[in-house]
Amino acid sequence: MGDPRGFLKIARQTGEYREVSERIQDFEHVAKLRPEKKSQEQASRCMDCSTPFCHWNCPIGNYIPEWNDYMFHDNWQAAFVLLNATNNMPEITGRICPAICEYACVLGLNDDAVTIRENELAIIEFAFKNKLVKPVIPQKRTGKKIAVIGSGPAGLSCAAQLNRAGHNATVFERDEKPGGILRYGIPDFKLEKNIIDRRIDIWEKEGIIFKTGIDVGKDYPTNKLLKEFDAICLAGGSRVPNDLNIQGRNLRGIHFAMDYLIQANKIAAGALHKVSAGVRRSSVADEKIPTNELINAKGKRIVVIGGGDTGADCVGIAHRQRASSIVQIEIMPKPPECRSEDYPWPQYPLILKTSSSHEEGGERHWEVLTKRFIGKNGFVKRLVCVKVEFVKKKGNSCPVMKEVPGSNFELDADLVILAVGFSHPEHSGLLGELKLEFDKRGNVKTDNNYMTSVEKVFSAGDMRRGQSLVVWAISEGRRCAHSIDKYLMPARQGSSGGGESNLPSI
Amino acid sequence: MNSRYFPGKQGLYDPQFEHDGCGVGFVCNINGKKSHDIVTKGIEVLEHLSHRGAVGADPETGDGAGILIQIPHEFLLKKSKENKISLPKIGHYGTGLVFLPTDNKDKNFCMNLFKKIAGEEGQKFLGWRDVPTDSSAIGKSARKTMPFISQVFIGRNKNLGNQDAFERKLYIIRKQVENNIRSSSIEQKTFFYITNLSSKTLSYKGLLKPSQLRGFFPDLKDKSIQSSLCLVHSRYSTNTFPTWDLAQPFRFLAHNGEINTLRGNINWVRARERLLSSKLFGTDIEKLKPVIVEGGSDSAAIDNVFELLILSGRSLEHSMMMLIPEAWEHNKFLSKELKDFYKYHACFMEPWDGPAAIAFTDGKNIGAILDRNGLRPARYIVTKNGFVVMASEVGVLDIAPQDIKISGRLEPGKIFFIDTQSSRIVHDCEIKKNISMSFPYGKWNSSNMVDLDKLVAGGINNKKSEDITSQLKAFGYSREDLKMIIKPMAEEGKEPTGSMGNDTPHAFLSKKSQVLYNYFKQLFAQVTNPAIDPIREKLVMSLESFVGPEKNILETTPEHSHKLMVRNPILTNGGFEKIRDISINGFKAKTIYTFFDATDGKEGFQRALERICFEAEYAIEKKYSFIILSDRGTNKDNIALPMLLATSAIHQHLVRKNIRSQVALIVESAEPREVHHFALLFGYGADCINPYLAYETIEYLIGEKEINLNLKKALFNYNKALKDGILKILSKMGISTLRSYRGAQIFEALGLDNGFIEKFFTGTVSRIGGVALEGIAAETIQRHNLAYPKKGMSDPYLASGGVYQWKKDGEFHLWNPESIAALQEATRNNDYARYKEFANMINDQSANPTTLRGLFKVKKVNSIPIDKVESAQNIMKRFATGAMSFGSISRGAHETIAIAMNRIGGKSNTGEGGEDPNRFITLPNGDSRRSAIKQVASGRFGVTINYLVNADEIQIKIAQGAKPGEGGQLPGHKVSEIIARTRYTTPGVTLISPPPHHDIYSIEDLAQLIFDLKNANPKARVSVKLVSEIGVGTVAAGVAKGHADMILISGGDGGTGASPRSSIRYAGLPWELGLSETHQTLLLNNLRSRVRLQTDGQMRTGYDIAIAALLGAEEYGFCTAILITMGCVMLRHCHLNNCSVGVATQDDILQKRFRGKPEYIVNYFHFVAQELREIMASLGIKTIDEMIGKTELIELKKNIISLKAKGIDYSGILYKPDLPRNVGRYCKSGQKSGLGSVLDKKLIKMCKNTFKKNEPTKISVEIKNTDRTTGAMLSGEVCRKCGDGVLLEDTITCKFKGFAGQSFGAFLAKGITFELEGMTNDYVGKGISGGKIIIYPDRKSNYEPDKNIIIGNTTFYGAILGEAYICGVAGERFCVRNSGLYAVVEGVGDHGCEYMTGGRVIVLGKTGRNFAAGMSGGIAYVYDKDKTFENKCNKDMVELEKVEEKDKDTIYHLLHNHYKYTKSQKAKRVIENIDNELKKFIKVIPIEYKRILEEVKIEERLGLTEGYDG
Repeated sequence: MGDPRGFLKIARQTGEYREVSERIQDFEHVAKLRPEKKSQEQASRCMDCSTPFCHWNCPIGNYIPEWNDYMFHDNWQAAFVLLNATNNMPEITGRICPAICEYACVLGLNDDAVTIRENELAIIEFAFKNKLVKPVIPQKRTGKKIAVIGSGPAGLSCAAQLNRAGHNATVFERDEKPGGILRYGIPDFKLEKNIIDRRIDIWEKEGIIFKTGIDVGKDYPTNKLLKEFDAICLAGGSRVPNDLNIQGRNLRGIHFAMDYLIQANKIAAGALHKVSAGVRRSSVADEKIPTNELINAKGKRIVVIGGGDTGADCVGIAHRQRASSIVQIEIMPKPPECRSEDYPWPQYPLILKTSSSHEEGGERHWEVLTKRFIGKNGFVKRLVCVKVEFVKKKGNSCPVMKEVPGSNFELDADLVILAVGFSHPEHSGLLGELKLEFDKRGNVKTDNNYMTSVEKVFSAGDMRRGQSLVVWAISEGRRCAHSIDKYLMPARQGSSGGGESNLPSI
Repeated sequence: MNSRYFPGKQGLYDPQFEHDGCGVGFVCNINGKKSHDIVTKGIEVLEHLSHRGAVGADPETGDGAGILIQIPHEFLLKKSKENKISLPKIGHYGTGLVFLPTDNKDKNFCMNLFKKIAGEEGQKFLGWRDVPTDSSAIGKSARKTMPFISQVFIGRNKNLGNQDAFERKLYIIRKQVENNIRSSSIEQKTFFYITNLSSKTLSYKGLLKPSQLRGFFPDLKDKSIQSSLCLVHSRYSTNTFPTWDLAQPFRFLAHNGEINTLRGNINWVRARERLLSSKLFGTDIEKLKPVIVEGGSDSAAIDNVFELLILSGRSLEHSMMMLIPEAWEHNKFLSKELKDFYKYHACFMEPWDGPAAIAFTDGKNIGAILDRNGLRPARYIVTKNGFVVMASEVGVLDIAPQDIKISGRLEPGKIFFIDTQSSRIVHDCEIKKNISMSFPYGKWNSSNMVDLDKLVAGGINNKKSEDITSQLKAFGYSREDLKMIIKPMAEEGKEPTGSMGNDTPHAFLSKKSQVLYNYFKQLFAQVTNPAIDPIREKLVMSLESFVGPEKNILETTPEHSHKLMVRNPILTNGGFEKIRDISINGFKAKTIYTFFDATDGKEGFQRALERICFEAEYAIEKKYSFIILSDRGTNKDNIALPMLLATSAIHQHLVRKNIRSQVALIVESAEPREVHHFALLFGYGADCINPYLAYETIEYLIGEKEINLNLKKALFNYNKALKDGILKILSKMGISTLRSYRGAQIFEALGLDNGFIEKFFTGTVSRIGGVALEGIAAETIQRHNLAYPKKGMSDPYLASGGVYQWKKDGEFHLWNPESIAALQEATRNNDYARYKEFANMINDQSANPTTLRGLFKVKKVNSIPIDKVESAQNIMKRFATGAMSFGSISRGAHETIAIAMNRIGGKSNTGEGGEDPNRFITLPNGDSRRSAIKQVASGRFGVTINYLVNADEIQIKIAQGAKPGEGGQLPGHKVSEIIARTRYTTPGVTLISPPPHHDIYSIEDLAQLIFDLKNANPKARVSVKLVSEIGVGTVAAGVAKGHADMILISGGDGGTGASPRSSIRYAGLPWELGLSETHQTLLLNNLRSRVRLQTDGQMRTGYDIAIAALLGAEEYGFCTAILITMGCVMLRHCHLNNCSVGVATQDDILQKRFRGKPEYIVNYFHFVAQELREIMASLGIKTIDEMIGKTELIELKKNIISLKAKGIDYSGILYKPDLPRNVGRYCKSGQKSGLGSVLDKKLIKMCKNTFKKNEPTKISVEIKNTDRTTGAMLSGEVCRKCGDGVLLEDTITCKFKGFAGQSFGAFLAKGITFELEGMTNDYVGKGISGGKIIIYPDRKSNYEPDKNIIIGNTTFYGAILGEAYICGVAGERFCVRNSGLYAVVEGVGDHGCEYMTGGRVIVLGKTGRNFAAGMSGGIAYVYDKDKTFENKCNKDMVELEKVEEKDKDTIYHLLHNHYKYTKSQKAKRVIENIDNELKKFIKVIPIEYKRILEEVKIEERLGLTEGYDG
């Protein structure tokens, strides 16, 4: 371990954000990259627990104590090798992962957790800076061809893993550029798109084929797909949003969060918002968005319904678009600021999260139920809301929501964003043509080996498990790749029940 | 003889693991004057040693007793006439008692054979005499197996040159008769045994108690039975199936001790048989083979070899020096000639290693020898009229004090020898001088022996593996191997330390590919012989070996020393290349590669094994001196055989062919990297090892900047760590030299197929079968495939490992994040449902089989409602917590456990390290922090009479699952004020717990300690903690015979605060095996109903308890689970004092983080009991007692066993011996205390006024050697009735006269003074707690006190406080681990003041070697008149200084007292001239202690604190 008593000497210190006044002027990263020395110092707090709960709680099983130790001892190369072993895109999780590992950090029992996410970021950025991240081209190819549908984190990590095992992976993406939700769902101020491009570039060199702008099932016949590929991985995400079917929903000015975010991201990627000349921006051809489809909060009173991360991202976008007022409402009660008894360590606790976007301003309200929208001239103008409370009944059953009598109130709004989650993937199109089975929630159903009801068709990521975290998507992609490898090359697996293969299974 | 009346191998019981401890002795007349009196005295000695023997369930059957005397010619003449045998003159006939079958046909067969063979050998058969016996007084079981005893007479052929030639003929006749009968088909073969056949000596022996010998053999009462010498032996077998033939003396010797290296010695003797030749025997030599008769005891085996050496022309002394050489390797005091003698003979054979006091005779001379470490007591008295008595104890014969000329003791490695022809005692130095000068050994050595270090290196082969990652993978290295094993070894030069227990699957259950080493567990010494401290007692340890082809051991030629001397058997690359290229004096080396072609798969594996054996045999034929077994060059096409398998296969093959001794096996392998691997390779026959890939790994780690040292230093460190680690593994079995360890196979296999073991690891125990050759081959190939994948790319990093630290993709652990979190949640929220989830994670191992019990399930039969089952309250009384010392865990944690256990009526354990007396007082809320179990461990820290009196149970810790056979060390910086106080030492002083208890070197010693403790507190039960390994059952039987009330069988997986990682993982076996073996053995012995059985070692759930009960345990211990309920999250940082949750730390800041509560533990135990009750209900069982040993309720879950281990066989574990109904199956009757007639009862009565009114008492009584542990019970009474330390000095004074027994003045309380005029035995003043002991020779005697021994070995062990004045010399280990005693003595043996932590000692005379080893506190003043002390002192931890003015007061005061109490003339002379004499004292002061004293002084001057002292 870095320093056996490091955790007693050094306090937890997270990285800094740029000043609010500065950062809301642009779409660039709000978080400043922490100096390497600082990260090394923070790594010394890691106790190298023999039962590393962080590593356990991490869906991809990052070897956290090991790379903390390497980093502390200045062995960045070794730290990178191990980080790279479990995570295909640490530069992404290092920026946007909610770091469930940190909630399971043993130090968190009676002290502040280690800054694991930022340590991860430090390692991978060091590796990029020092040219340690290089395309590694497999020496021997298996000759097997796999199509990966969708280029979000699940599809990408699946393709990367398959490629490492010597298979030929082709990634199909219906959007202009690969990245899926990473590129189009997450604002630049949290994840600049050149970070994604940098990684895609390496994968292309390693031999992964990216076919963008192709909507499989529409632009590419399903039959052809099934014929040309030895296996298929469906990783198209879970994009059908939950809706709020209340009175006034059809008024203009009410949008789904994802529509708002995608548009904002496309605009940011294009020339519309060139901010500072010195920074290289991803050079997507300017997205021509028709003015009537533009969702812009400038000068508007915006209400974001939904208190989650997506909602918070919308808040951040709204700040940058100069909304005149921003209100975010959430139906659930305000979570406690620290871990409650309902979520004992090492569980991922429900606690109040204040994102960088929240720091930038706006109001947040909890226990608010939207009853209806009131409009004028077809445009939304107000929300009618009511305060609710959650009453716990006897036994272990979930608390029941009750409206608080007489607590009705109204909120003014020119723009309403619905960020109340996603229900399931799009059932029409490819999935429909493949006649796949779905689970109760409408997600693609698979067996334990990620295979769908159709032979040689696999699925991973949100499409399979429902809306989740990026790190889960990576884990899904990797595990799915492992299963595909086992499916395609059964003879290669360990011969005496060892179950070990040369593909990392975590 | 293994009579069919005694149980043979069954279930887990295997008779080959019987041990014995004993009493041994002899009497003789120096002038060779024969008399009947000598025989009578010999028998008397035997009778006085009877407390050192034992009895089993049948109290009248002893374990064996006998005598060996000169041929009583007059008597035999008389008797032969009666039998119509005409006897020639003495020396012209041979005779001996023969045990014959009782069946007439078989008997006649045997008798006729004698006649036939005697004739064939040209000797005259004279006849038989039926030996009268009276079996009325002997035990039932002895009578049942009693043979027909007859005496054979054979006359000498006149043509034979001399009596020695006749002796050889008799030997040949005996061997042939034995061989013939062994290969015959007679039914009662096992009855047959020839006690002796000689023209010089005759033995009477049998399955008797010493007191029965005279009655059984009426011959012995005949006055015409006369001899000038009489050798006697009384046996204490751990088991109660001793047999007639194993009674001693054997033909030439009687042995008290244990040969630890027996398997190796037997194999090596066998390996040498092909080369045996002797002019004296000529072609007859073939008739003598096999030299060692299989199935005998260790003592019988050494007798077999001793006999061969003597009859082929070597003298008694010479032969003994070959078999049991003293520790000569590092001894500065030996002459060059003697060292050369030993070195020369080291080329003949390895030492027979282990504790031993051996008395031997050839009928003319008689002598005795002690092992190199002096691990058995042997005292002698020589009288002025030429009579000598030697025995394990002094006082076995009444000898008038004024007749005593010398009172001596046998010293480590020394010979005591009486030449009756020249009528004198020949001193050790004279014997050895004569023998060492008889040939120019030094010259022979220097001209023939090749010193590896002095060989010039050839071209060093520096080729490195092209791709180290693939190489590492192919040999199964994980990241952990690099980070947690190799790196710390290279950095620190020590084996890495870890903590907590092992919770990973056994190798045969693991889903990960396992290297073969992982299937083997290290064995260790417990009870029947002591482990050695390889650090503090390194003078007896040696790794030096002499490798290369051996010669005929019956000859003496200069060429015998043509061997390669290797000081360090772990070869550097340079050293290895020297052997590869060797050509000096005809040496040559042959390399055999252990590869097979990757495409050949498993068949290739098998063929390669056959090939290498064949090649090895061929190499010997071609006169190669060294075979190099190499796996260098492994690549994608070549797979290497597991090196351990290759080595052992060749070794066993060559042993079977009797040619192993003609070649050395040198291993060049990528495989071995940790200490355990090397130990296994040596243990299965490797001579030297070059671990080239481990070396390369170190170089690689340096390149990676993982190790910040230069390569030379790092390699040096790594090598040192290996050497020290190997010495540690040797020493935990009580073995001191690698020469003896090599091939000794001190391992047990777990989960390997028996056929596989029998073929390749012949003689190793593997009790449950398991993985066979095919499985091992598959695992080897699997590793290779991972390293060299056929497609895709290989990962640039190694596998996680996950053995020492949990990893998602690593080895499975039962304690994993989920189970830990579940248990904590359940116990904190008192949530039984959550507990059941936890229990299910542990109990249902279908996904990850981990433990033996994980493969079990209980049958569902006749369930009953749960309310019919015994209450949880009742059940919880059977729960105990494991011994965790306050020191290893924090104060908060320790007290929380005690409170919780007291609340539920269970028992908590102090662990080693005492207990704060404040905790004996109940808290206002009714809680009690007092631990019910008080542990007594080897360091004896805080073991005061008050501590013992406050116990409900006193537990003797023999071994601990995480590091059986090893000691411990609490570094000074962890010894805080409070820890120091409870341990009665000084803060900051390092505290060392030695590997053995220095008062338990044998089973009879343990019985003595149990007796001591029962005396100290007759109300407490005494328990003995053992660790599971093969043979633990027989040890437990011995312990039960030693009157322990409870025996704890710990699993090898149990936890620890700090142990070497290899010990946590590889030492000790699962409790399921140990418990089951113990239960079965005790049943077979009918001892089960006397003792309770407890088991522990990773107990977690009610199901675990259910299995434990069904396998035979009445009580259950918990440890890790308790820590987890208190907040432990398995950081495994205990050894770093860095526990972030405050459980296992002494750090003030971290202790504040402790959040554990007694309620959590109480909740946990309720859950466990509840789960257990549910299982009991499902089995229809109402009470635990009903459940004990009901193995028929257990079933095997065959379907979850992995493919490789399908051959597993659990029938041994589940075996239920078929026994009569009256044999108790759980503890019903308990033990008899054996305290009936102790002297203390008398003393206590006499002290009634003191108890009533605190008035002084004066007592004066006679004392005998059978009065043992005098003073302990009295001290307990004082403590209980008057309070701890309340009585004033000399309130009770007892004056004794005579020879006191063992443990005189043990635990003597403050206020009691013991004065002894006479002598005493071992363990005087152990744990003395404030009393005063004065001992001086009988006033009538007139020998010089400072030259004669007055008290025995291991005296004042663990002394707490008090004073001692000893006017005479003490034996080995005076004041071992003294905490605070002030003592004066006039001379001490070896290892004086070892591990001392406080107090003051004045030695007014000579000391032995290794004085002050491991001494960390206190001061010793040695009167070094002739300036020889410095070399005898172990200066690793102490400084020698001149005595300063400030010391004068202490010395003067103590010597003044010494004179006042004992009238020591020496003390008088010194104090009369104190100023001058003071200069002759040397002050011995520990470096650390001195620094602390100085710091205290400074603080005192600054007025900061009060002074404290030991």
